Amino acid sequence: MRVAVCLKQVPDTEARLRVARDGRWVDEEDLPFVINESDEYALEEGLALAEKSGGEVVVFSLGLERVREALRKALALGAARAVHLKDPAFLGGDALANGRALAAAVGREEFDLVLTGSQSDDAGYGATGSVLAGWLGWPHAWLVMGVAVEEGGKTLRVTREMESGKNEIVRLPLPAVLEIQAGINHPRYASLKGIMAAKKKEIAEVGPAELGLEAGEVGAAGSRLEIVAVAFPESGAGAQILEGDAATAAKALVEKLQKEARVL
Amino acid sequence: MAGIWVVLQLRDGQVPRISWEAVTAAQRLAAARGTKAEAVLLGKDIGGASEQVAKTDLARVHVADGEALASYTPGAWRGALAPAVRAAAPDFVVFPHTYQTVDFMPRLAQEVGAGLLPEVTGFEDEGGELLWRRPIMGGKLQARVRVKGGGTVFVSVQSGAFPGDGVAAGEAPVGALEVDLAAVRPDREILGVEDVAGEKVDLTKADVIVAVGRGIGGADKLGPVEELARALGAEIGASRPVIDNGWLPRDRQIGSSGQTVAPRLYIAAGISGAIQHLVGMKGSSVVVAINKDPGAPIFTIADYGIVGDLHEILPALTEAIRAAKG
Repeated sequence: MRVAVCLKQVPDTEARLRVARDGRWVDEEDLPFVINESDEYALEEGLALAEKSGGEVVVFSLGLERVREALRKALALGAARAVHLKDPAFLGGDALANGRALAAAVGREEFDLVLTGSQSDDAGYGATGSVLAGWLGWPHAWLVMGVAVEEGGKTLRVTREMESGKNEIVRLPLPAVLEIQAGINHPRYASLKGIMAAKKKEIAEVGPAELGLEAGEVGAAGSRLEIVAVAFPESGAGAQILEGDAATAAKALVEKLQKEARVL
Repeated sequence: MAGIWVVLQLRDGQVPRISWEAVTAAQRLAAARGTKAEAVLLGKDIGGASEQVAKTDLARVHVADGEALASYTPGAWRGALAPAVRAAAPDFVVFPHTYQTVDFMPRLAQEVGAGLLPEVTGFEDEGGELLWRRPIMGGKLQARVRVKGGGTVFVSVQSGAFPGDGVAAGEAPVGALEVDLAAVRPDREILGVEDVAGEKVDLTKADVIVAVGRGIGGADKLGPVEELARALGAEIGASRPVIDNGWLPRDRQIGSSGQTVAPRLYIAAGISGAIQHLVGMKGSSVVVAINKDPGAPIFTIADYGIVGDLHEILPALTEAIRAAKG
């Protein structure tokens, strides 16, 4: 089985964020970047499926030079090759623009399955994989918590997470696009051997022209959305912060809970 | 004909709260543009729900009712909605931001060439231009977003962003959605539905909950959480990353894909407060947040907060509670 995995590099969710000087995004200077959480699970799922069937995984990502680091990590984990959509024209895209660009890149090769994460931890549109599926004309499923290739290798048995603690089991024909939910598996760690091997693996760089796209169809120019400002949420009334060392703050909190909130 | 549409999601033939919230959003959007919204309902045997929706202030209720729409699949929903959206070309189509919506709305947008604006929490009219609000960075930041270009835009509204009981009453004519249901096809075969957790812990009836997030750092660090829960007579809950890492079982999860709780006291330790978690606990009477990051969004909805290392604060809190209870 040949599997394409699309991943996004996002700010580490543990990192302290600052608003950029122009007020339109976070300040990326000194910000640590990692592979988006649900994309890591998508990669693990892809690697496991490819191993089981004797296939391979090719990873795709879109963005600046720093994205190479995420692709290199995916190669160290076991992906065979990487494709980097690296051109200023790709930057600043919404889910429609990014889905279109990734579909064009994935569509240049033959794959049985495309995996993405279900949602990015930065913009969080939760839509790029579905848009990509639309451009490929393949069936898709979002928020996938289980994948099994059925007998004959022509269909997938897919577990989709629903609200209220239930899962729906569906059957999809291949080829298909699945948007993987975090928690579906246990992502592996890179081995030293994997890290060494990754240094010899190919990271191909492509621009819009190689994908048969106009620069205006991708990135900010190809997007319907434009972020005009970002800000920390207004705190409303906000929490009463109890100061002091752990013991002092804890004691003050208990007093508040007893006398003011009357819940103890 | 331009206009504002709202596509309701039904559950067991009923209109759930989040769909009423979407109706409220569509009504407010329509009012801001001096028009009335139109509703669309899809399903099978949904006359009851259609009648209910017809008692609200809408220009029209479009109903697609038939065997082809008995079960949701993205293919069937796209098959019914794509021709209708293309023909009417509404300016906006509002959806409730549910897992089902996220499953099909982006694909429908791609198919009909609509703009795509998921998970909005509000909008403002700024000098004739609409600016939308939506969370980014897991809810740590709010973005204000402008839509460029012409044509239809799909918007999904986050749970709790618009009041479900704020729907304006009225009377709307009900008619069939202009679509050929014979051409509607599912694109996946539904094999069944299963419960996620075998043994269910019911957190919805808990009086006090101590909930932990990623900040706890590992399953081996849960001791102080258990101690605090014991001192309070509380149930233990968790946000999603704790469950995904296998530190606690899935039936302890609170949030959009877990349980929705409303205890008298909710203590959130090491939980940053992503929107997916907040929707599951914001009905709590009193919320206490303990987090090392003073900018964590959980502090914006908490009543009391302590900024610091939860591994120090939890044992101190347990001790203070034991002392207070004598």
